[in-house]
Amino acid sequence: MDLKDLYRDVILDHNKQPRNFGRLDPCDTSADGNNPLCGDRLTVTLRIAGGRVSDIRFEGKGCAISTASASLMTEAVKGLDAAQIHALHARVHGMLTEHGDALPPTDLGKLAALAGVREYPARVKCASLCWHTLDAALAHAADAPGAATVSTE
Amino acid sequence: MSGAPYDVARVRADFPILATQVRGKRLAFLDTAASSQRPLAVLEAVDHYERTSHANVHRGVYQLSQKATDAFEGARERVRRFLNASSTREIIFTRGTTESINLVAQSWGRRLGPGDEILITWMEHHANIVPWQMLCERSGATLKVAPITLRGELDLEAFEALISPRTKLVACTQIANALGTVLPLERMIAAAKRVGALTLVDGAQAVSHQRVDLRALDCDFYAFSSHKLYGPTGLGVLYARESVLREMPPWQGGGDMILTVSFTRTTYAELPYRFEAGTPHIAGAVGLAAAMDYLDGLGLERVQQHEQALLARATRALRAIPGLRIIGEAAHKAGVISFVLENVHPHDLGTILDDEGVAIRTGHHCAMPVMEFFDVPATARASFGCYSDDADVDQLAAALGRAREVFG
Repeated sequence: MDLKDLYRDVILDHNKQPRNFGRLDPCDTSADGNNPLCGDRLTVTLRIAGGRVSDIRFEGKGCAISTASASLMTEAVKGLDAAQIHALHARVHGMLTEHGDALPPTDLGKLAALAGVREYPARVKCASLCWHTLDAALAHAADAPGAATVSTE
Repeated sequence: MSGAPYDVARVRADFPILATQVRGKRLAFLDTAASSQRPLAVLEAVDHYERTSHANVHRGVYQLSQKATDAFEGARERVRRFLNASSTREIIFTRGTTESINLVAQSWGRRLGPGDEILITWMEHHANIVPWQMLCERSGATLKVAPITLRGELDLEAFEALISPRTKLVACTQIANALGTVLPLERMIAAAKRVGALTLVDGAQAVSHQRVDLRALDCDFYAFSSHKLYGPTGLGVLYARESVLREMPPWQGGGDMILTVSFTRTTYAELPYRFEAGTPHIAGAVGLAAAMDYLDGLGLERVQQHEQALLARATRALRAIPGLRIIGEAAHKAGVISFVLENVHPHDLGTILDDEGVAIRTGHHCAMPVMEFFDVPATARASFGCYSDDADVDQLAAALGRAREVFG
């Protein structure tokens, strides 16, 4: 286990210069997420067109893992519909939590940079907060437009 | 022993866990403010009790039960002596500081109503905020919060201005867990007395780092946890002045707290048993007494001097690190140093430091209002105990250098 496996260059880059940072106004749906353990907070705002995410931004304060994960997620989910996002979330979750050589995250593209998190169980929540928040926003969009709140505790 | 220099190497040898290796590196345990480690003397006292003396207390006439009762009541007397309280009737065993404060809020708090005020400070642990908020919600009383300064000190003038005849209780920490600030309790308690308010002191961070003399301090309630005093977890103490305690209704009902029970009328046991329903943490009390023996053997004044020297060394070392900001720079501080490092979130810092064998706390330290005041989501906090040494501080400083490298 090496620290460099956790803080890969891609992570450090997305932490320093997060992509799609900010807030979409107006937006079709949004959600707030917070991780009380470390004080991470983030807001995800989405625009949806034809059942697909046409634009997404996130905003908030968090650690490098949480910020980079959110940044990478916004890049990965543009153009996807809810079912595709859920499937991707499941694969990311597997990468973050499951051990064994049988799980090369080859199809995850840049998201695979987060693979080192699985060696640091205390940090899994940091990486998954944005995904839970996105889930909440999508679920909310399916019910009624507006804002939802999710917590990883 | 009092003339000899403090031999930290010998103290460290009393704590088996300090020999732990973390990722192949020496463990620098700098999270004593969250929970201290246990010396062999405590581990052995608990083990000996469990092997030779355990039975339920205050019940059996058989020999083992008498031994267990003697051990438990002996621990109560040990606590009384450690705190210089007047009587063991004033020493109530609880699950911890949090339960001690909740006991006061739920029992003594029943007399409060609309128009009454409780005064706390901005630097309290959540355990000394939330029980009062809950009490205010049910009673209609009002919670007032005395502000702090940018150095992390109590604004005493503002505090004194907030005290009035409406103030029924001043509840404040002795040492702020997130900042290390030592509060000016003498003045605060004197101000409370002038208006007839009672005083509760959260001593969780203080009791193992400086001599606490309750008869000199003269507060009405004092709460602390065993596990922050080198004793077992799951046990705490509430000291309450006997005259105040006599007027308080019991809070939890059950066995051990009664004199007689019938379906028409139940009478309650004498102090302090009236406030100890159910079988207590007997082994915990035995361990706490052993921890107090151990600390008195080291000499609390010497431990305090040692920790002050470490605080000075750490403050110097951390101030020399570019981009590092110490949160809480009170003139009078205990062995706690909270900080943030530019461009590195405290949670990342915690992981990087762990990789270097350095165990510190990162987060809001159950003091979210303090984080809000200093406009930080979280801080990293290093804290010292009797076994902390210069090597721990140096390892921390070196690891912070590594964190700066990783985050360039």
